[in-house]
Amino acid sequence: MTTKKGIEVSIAASEAAKLARVEVVSAYPITPQTHIVEHLSEIVANGELDAAYINVESEHSAMSACVGASATGARTFTSTSAQGMELMHEILFIASGMRLPIVMAAVNRALSSPLSIWGDHSDVMAARDTGWIMLFCENGQEVVDTTIMAFKIAEDRRVLLPVMVNLDGFSLSHVIEPIEFPAQEEVDSFLPPYNPLYTLHPDKPVTMGAYAMPDLYTEAKYGQEIAIRNSKVVVKEVMDEFGKKFGRAYKPVETYNTEKADTVFIALGANNENIKTAIDELKEQGKELGLISLRLFRPFPREELIEVLKGKKAAVVIERAMPGGAMNGPLFNEIASLAVTNGLNIRLENYICGLGGRDVQPHEFIETLNEVLSSEKIAFPDNKNYGVIGVRS
Amino acid sequence: MAKPMDQYKWHELNVGCVIEEVGNAMEYKTGDWRSSKPVWDDAKCIKCGLCWLFCPDSAIYQKDDGLYAADLDYCKGCGICSKECKPGAITMVEEER
Repeated sequence: MTTKKGIEVSIAASEAAKLARVEVVSAYPITPQTHIVEHLSEIVANGELDAAYINVESEHSAMSACVGASATGARTFTSTSAQGMELMHEILFIASGMRLPIVMAAVNRALSSPLSIWGDHSDVMAARDTGWIMLFCENGQEVVDTTIMAFKIAEDRRVLLPVMVNLDGFSLSHVIEPIEFPAQEEVDSFLPPYNPLYTLHPDKPVTMGAYAMPDLYTEAKYGQEIAIRNSKVVVKEVMDEFGKKFGRAYKPVETYNTEKADTVFIALGANNENIKTAIDELKEQGKELGLISLRLFRPFPREELIEVLKGKKAAVVIERAMPGGAMNGPLFNEIASLAVTNGLNIRLENYICGLGGRDVQPHEFIETLNEVLSSEKIAFPDNKNYGVIGVRS
Repeated sequence: MAKPMDQYKWHELNVGCVIEEVGNAMEYKTGDWRSSKPVWDDAKCIKCGLCWLFCPDSAIYQKDDGLYAADLDYCKGCGICSKECKPGAITMVEEER
């Protein structure tokens, strides 16, 4: 039976993993992911979830254990944040290269230094090219639904790639929300047991993760690249099937009030709820603004974005990670590349915000927008191409 | 492998480059990497077997007469056998190919 309850989003994420009947969990606790793995270890220990919980000494080991578990054909789940994801970094490439459908809840947090336990997207953006499928959530319901969908996407024979479910640290992970949980039987019929293509088994020995000489490496990586690019078809199929079955429809690219607006925000994650509030307030003042929210970040939803950006005058790309000396933030660079290579004649502006857990209120998005609309070309201070919302100077 | 590595197209590789053939590493002759080879002075060899024991590639074998030799298909020419040989019976000799 479907149940609805007020629950912390982290606990809901682990309950979603339980509904997906994960067989192996290996994780190392780190703020703000902690409640997810604590709850999972509890429900494994008290027998509610028939899974192996592998305690490890670091995130490098956690992801390594997940690689091994997934290679044996077990449905595998983990979760991390910030420094933990950095410590996993090496193994993230191995998981995707070996085509192992591990699902990870990435509770996005700022990277040290300076030390910060609070939310932003610097961890996931540093891992954006690891070959993982990446989905972003805006609220607790999406976290539950996306986690269940993630396994179905990852394990599809046409995909066989790891999936990262991103949720903002604290501003999403630690809030209590009313969330609807589908019944176990319904999840079971949506998500059948994982049927692996290859497994590590003594009855039929195979070699996994062997090396490739220069003669083969390019072909191996090309195959992997084609697989992640083609996975978008499966992402859409799974989202459609989920919508039909559970009544909540999802799309790789979501839009809010974009039909009437000729200027749109483009953003990822929990920021979007405040941007929507800003858009509602502007609507009351007679201004039509839109929001394009990327639920799917990898593979980059090229065609879907072109469709919604066509004919728009301007897009303001909002992101929660410092460019680190790059031209712009990582999301903006993708959008700019998309616009240039597809002949989109659109004005693009870029703002960084919400670093290290800094709240960004709807009025700040309104002020940002007013800055964009007040001139044809903004001269950002300190000889750079982007603004930083709220920075004191 | 069914054909040489440099003839495989990307879509002909298994998902995740899984190797289903057991033991096909033997088909890859790592002896090609060698720049010098071990040469035994059988008169000095005391048949102690240290070279056989230390060879990291298991490329040294004992002949019927109890003396040792290297399988040059797999010997990479690392020189560990020569270094470990107590009576100094093994010399590394540069090869030109």
